[in-house]
Amino acid sequence: MFSGFMMNAWTVASIVAVVAGVVGFFTVLRGSAFAAHAVPNGSFAGAAGAALIGINTLIGLGICSLLGALGIGWLGRRGRHDAVTALMLVAMLGCGALFLSLSSEYAPEVYSLLFGEVLGISSNELAPTAALAAVCVAAIALLYRPLLLSSVMPEVGEARGISSFAMELCFLAVLALATALTVPVVGTLLIFSLMIGAPAAARSFTDRPGHALALSVAIALAIVWAAIALSYTTNYPVGFFVGSISAGSYALGRVWATWRVRRGGAST
Amino acid sequence: MSPVTAFLTPIFEPGFFSSGPVHTAAIIGGAVALVAGTLGVFTVIRSQSFAGEALGDIGTTGGSGAYLVGVGPLWGFLVVNILAAGAMELVGIQRPRGRDLATGIVLGAGLGLAALILYLDSTYHNTTGAVVSVLFGTIFTISSATIPAVIAFALAVIAILATIHRPLLLSSLSPEIAAARGIPVRLVGAAYLLALAIAVALCALTIGAILSTALLIGPAAAALRVARRPYVAMLTASLLGLAATWIGILLAYDSYAWPPHEKTWPVSFFVVMLVLAIYLLSGVPAWRQRRRERGTVSARIAAREATADEPAEPSTGQQER
Repeated sequence: MFSGFMMNAWTVASIVAVVAGVVGFFTVLRGSAFAAHAVPNGSFAGAAGAALIGINTLIGLGICSLLGALGIGWLGRRGRHDAVTALMLVAMLGCGALFLSLSSEYAPEVYSLLFGEVLGISSNELAPTAALAAVCVAAIALLYRPLLLSSVMPEVGEARGISSFAMELCFLAVLALATALTVPVVGTLLIFSLMIGAPAAARSFTDRPGHALALSVAIALAIVWAAIALSYTTNYPVGFFVGSISAGSYALGRVWATWRVRRGGAST
Repeated sequence: MSPVTAFLTPIFEPGFFSSGPVHTAAIIGGAVALVAGTLGVFTVIRSQSFAGEALGDIGTTGGSGAYLVGVGPLWGFLVVNILAAGAMELVGIQRPRGRDLATGIVLGAGLGLAALILYLDSTYHNTTGAVVSVLFGTIFTISSATIPAVIAFALAVIAILATIHRPLLLSSLSPEIAAARGIPVRLVGAAYLLALAIAVALCALTIGAILSTALLIGPAAAALRVARRPYVAMLTASLLGLAATWIGILLAYDSYAWPPHEKTWPVSFFVVMLVLAIYLLSGVPAWRQRRRERGTVSARIAAREATADEPAEPSTGQQER
């Protein structure tokens, strides 16, 4: 389980889990689960397009996820935010379907793009992933306070001179970056499940943002490690385990929160 | 050749009207577009696009599971979508706060299941094409035997809507007033979610599981931007959806003659792009209105400045944008 190629999987998956835990914390806080779903899923078009014209997948993914994120931010300013997100998503997926059908040899890779191929990571993917992850985490660290304020209390943020539109764009850009770095190695599903499940579970255990952020990273790491171990022993896809363990950890968080409220209610 | 046919020939490739698959596609696509447009207006008003999108994605599990057990994909979509809608209702989709989260959790778990079932498909049945056809739809390969089932489910959605449209509209626009009037808001929401699950399953059959939201949201969002009254919006949305679907089918049929040759472009691509174009175009009237208003305000101010000698007041029109 810890042989050469598996070490790559463990390393990359851990990097991805840290990024997902950090970015996901703000996703859940801002209630932008839909954007977190749309940007990675839509970037699929970039990968398919890159394969069609024969350039590096990472470039296609980066361009497409950034365009999608900015499109959501810009069009969502006026009009219904969720409808715009849905439309951007399907527009990008539609392009992906076209590219895919034009380049027939690409079909088997759809599965790995959408659902991840974490066990087949080569060691030369390690360095770019780590570098992009560092940029991602650094961006969040830099924006931590204004982003937190603008996510929790947008009005107060505006009053203090933090434009919530600018923060939205910054957040979406970070999301796009996280997408570009994670999708080629783990697929769109894994990143989405991690970004939602782990922070949502973390938030039901603690109310303090700092603690929740740390806990979210820890839960994401635990989910990924458990999923890889299970996938290695059972041969079933990693995505299945990530999806179900994420949902399971959220359920556990809900049970814990309910129990705590009950106990609190009984003592007063 | 008469002038009319000379004009129409380049638009309609030969054999378009006599092709059996095209007939089936036009009937199924048309019925689905009408239903999706009508229901979509409620989805957009209730801001539940994400739920529709999530149901479509989770439907992948059903579509691929249907290959595994050997039934038509429609049944797979239907069963799984209804189960997923039930799960969302249980996790708490009815509360506006945390609703996206509930949807996201169910979506994550559902996609995990889809990964497993697609993996089993490709391992035990060697159906590699199944992935693409479930995800992106293959309307030209639907057998005409599916038509009665599609029509029946389309009618079921319409029947649900016809029964609950008044309380649903009120509880979508203002849950508090609806509750005060004694409307069982949660029950109405659950019935709506059931209709949504069926409609998304039908959309998934037409343009693919992960693109199904296009028909649901796009025409409805566009219609709500131009029509003020909900029922007018429903009619507009279903007609726009119908137009997008039929033109998409026509273009896909024609694209056989486009480069690269001997290969049709996917129907879902055209439908999605037409839907996006419709949405963007629907913003034009409001945009022109804004420009005109801004123009008149500044013109009025300029006129006042010219006639009166008093200093110009700050213009309110400029400050808004």
